[in-house]
Amino acid sequence: MSMLRTEHLSFAYPAAEGGKIVPVLKEINLEIDRGSIVAILGHNGSGKSTLSKHFNAVYLPSGGKVWVEEFDTADEAALLEIRRRVGMVFQNPDNQIVANVVEEDVAFAPENLGVPTDEIRRRVDASLAAVGMSEFTRHAPHLLSGGQKQRVAIAGVLAMEPECIILDEATAMLDPKGRRDVLETVQRLNREKGMTVIMITHHMDEAELADRVIVMNRGEIYLDGAPREIFQKVDELRRIGLTVPETVKLLDALRQAGWNVPLSAISVEECADAIAAAMQQ
Amino acid sequence: MKPILKTENLTHIYSAGTPFQRSAVEHVDFAVYPGEFVGVIGHTGSGKSTFIQHLNGLLKPTEGRVLFNGQDIWSSARVTHETRFHVGLVFQYPEYQLFEETVYKDIAFGPGNMGLGAEEIDRRVREAAGFVGIGEELLQQSPFELSGGQKRRVAIAGVLAMEPEVLILDEPTAGLDPAGCESILAEIRQYHRAKNNTILLVSHSMEEIARNAQRIVVLDERHIVMDGTPRDIFSRAQELERIGLDVPEVTKIAAALRRRGIPVDASVYTTEALKEQLQSLKGGGAGC
Repeated sequence: MSMLRTEHLSFAYPAAEGGKIVPVLKEINLEIDRGSIVAILGHNGSGKSTLSKHFNAVYLPSGGKVWVEEFDTADEAALLEIRRRVGMVFQNPDNQIVANVVEEDVAFAPENLGVPTDEIRRRVDASLAAVGMSEFTRHAPHLLSGGQKQRVAIAGVLAMEPECIILDEATAMLDPKGRRDVLETVQRLNREKGMTVIMITHHMDEAELADRVIVMNRGEIYLDGAPREIFQKVDELRRIGLTVPETVKLLDALRQAGWNVPLSAISVEECADAIAAAMQQ
Repeated sequence: MKPILKTENLTHIYSAGTPFQRSAVEHVDFAVYPGEFVGVIGHTGSGKSTFIQHLNGLLKPTEGRVLFNGQDIWSSARVTHETRFHVGLVFQYPEYQLFEETVYKDIAFGPGNMGLGAEEIDRRVREAAGFVGIGEELLQQSPFELSGGQKRRVAIAGVLAMEPEVLILDEPTAGLDPAGCESILAEIRQYHRAKNNTILLVSHSMEEIARNAQRIVVLDERHIVMDGTPRDIFSRAQELERIGLDVPEVTKIAAALRRRGIPVDASVYTTEALKEQLQSLKGGGAGC
């Protein structure tokens, strides 16, 4: 069964008086498999963030439907079930921390869900362990680094025991180590708990980690496929303001100079293998 | 050549004299010369924000001095005040600081504070807007009606319009898509070429630093731990990784090629340079 599904999803922000309504999403049909890692790319204003906010009923469709498992996001009675299943982590770590102590911050959502105290304790400990932040249980969040705060924010989402986690540019403000920490954490959650991960990102090297890349442009799905298929479309991506990983950039430059290398070698090791093989030809 | 900006034994202690006392930079000696384009890298909490806020007198050193053109910027209130015009600082997410009714007025705010005449302000506003690709037709609009990328450009133009001799940009591309990042950086390079002023670029993106800076300064644990050309710095991959940083992806590809016995330069950091090296190696191998 799919984790998320949209059918003819359309969305427009309400127009200002006298203004005309500009559609942000147009007829999106999408199915996201349980347990997959999906990256959503697109330039600023392409609709990718608006799309993701439909996945846990922050936004409701202007037209069409969105389902989280069997729940219709437009069904108010299902809201709690939906929010429990799909958690979101946003860009700015400082805007998502609500408590003065790390463990209280992580306990915030399960408390609101009415989870019994013993169970909250268990979940808080397990969530902080899952993001590698157990030793900071009683720390003050504002003294943590950006990457640590984002991991606490992820733990706060995990404490709801969601089946799907959405990272909405959650690494944009982090230094290289902070990014590595967050990405390793979600990859591990995917591997060990089968959690569905959706990453909205401008970093092409993050998209390399996904099973599937969806490229949004002007409110529509422009490309959809495995990273190694998508990133071969160098010119198409550049045309809509995106780019390709550095590996593909190099392979593309070599091909234009007459080298016989495949554009599908997107990881550093694959890229080096492809170049080494071509050197011997 | 004399440094345009220099720190001597710069130390800053927050909440000094309280139980929460902690230092954020310690004994930093740094000099930057006219016309340099310097990249500043360091993990979150390494002290780089504290460091750059000293360079235009937003923070006062607990110990040590900051010199602009050889003069201590804290030598008098007047000098401190003027330093803020000579050294322009563009903060992270500067678009949150826009406040005027029109784009024009927002860009004119800084030069207005400098006490310049209306004609000179007008010239500067138009020139600064031009550098960041904000067209005439946008000048009378409200800055709040613009897209995120345009807002950020207006905020940068507001600092450029003060014509600072040193321009410091703290993560100017954070949150922008690849095309938006590249166009802002191209505008900054263009500005640097046209004015030949001094630029400090703070970024978490090693690619961005590699493509733009002539010199890189690395902060870690309150100190400058490396200072050199991109070649020097990016040849120290393991040290960089240990302090929470990284090397550009191209440098990683070069390392992977070397492990496969292909003798490319270990410190190469741009796609073009690596491609050139591979081309000449392949040409040589074929005996042409």
